[in-house]
Amino acid sequence: MSALVPYPLLTASLLMMWVLLNGLSVGQVVLGGIIALAASLAMAALQPVKPRIRRWDMIPPLALIVLADILRSNIAVAGIILQGRRHARTSGFVMIPLELRDRTALAVLACIITSTPGTAWVEYHAGNGMLRIHVLDLIDQQAWIELIKRRYERRLMEIFE
Amino acid sequence: MTHAADLPVWAALLTGFFLILGSTLTLLGSVGLLRFRSFYERIHAPTLGTTWGTGGVLIASMIFHSVLQSKPVLHEILIALFVTVTTPVSLMLLARAALYRDRSEGNDGVPPFEAAAESRNERRRSSNT
Repeated sequence: MSALVPYPLLTASLLMMWVLLNGLSVGQVVLGGIIALAASLAMAALQPVKPRIRRWDMIPPLALIVLADILRSNIAVAGIILQGRRHARTSGFVMIPLELRDRTALAVLACIITSTPGTAWVEYHAGNGMLRIHVLDLIDQQAWIELIKRRYERRLMEIFE
Repeated sequence: MTHAADLPVWAALLTGFFLILGSTLTLLGSVGLLRFRSFYERIHAPTLGTTWGTGGVLIASMIFHSVLQSKPVLHEILIALFVTVTTPVSLMLLARAALYRDRSEGNDGVPPFEAAAESRNERRRSSNT
């Protein structure tokens, strides 16, 4: 099975994308399936590191938390922009020691932090796991470290490691 | 061309709401880009447009076309997915380029490169004592 479909997740995602774009019918599913399979075989020739997902059931709660957080930060940042310079505000860098090492998990964390308005991923040192983010409305550094670690890192570690 | 007049009122209201939400957030993001003072503050503003700005318009499009065609039209999800996956790439490139330039020019308010190792040693020292 794994020889025939080397990347089941990628193949399924490509098939999903094909069906979403072309409509659901038997012909499109067959055609999409063939294309997805060919693409995943081409991917296998590149031999990328295969991400391992251990806890599928943890993904939906994390996705909901992230969506809600993004909406909340959208409102917060929109408020900051509307207030202009009447409101005193300091922005700054925060250093976060990460225990997360899985590459896919780090990529997901980068997507989460970047997609959330008000926080931006600046640099990551793979050697010692230090992540630097920039925070638009920085009040308490420690609070941000705790937030990222408790809210996202812990869940990502459960999913990927 | 689809016939917008055939849309029931509830769907028209929902579509309008999400369309205005998305476009307002995108506009605010652009205003922020103009108003903020430093580069690092400015990179936060456009994320309004790439998250719920795009999201609002896409949800509106999904409701509009799903109701008109009487079947779920969901391929807008792909746009959201690709925007979310590609934004960090360009943002990190920009942020790191800015950081590199600020460091090599010796500008104020930029953390030094070695700070990563330093703070780690500090943690080690504090945990040893």
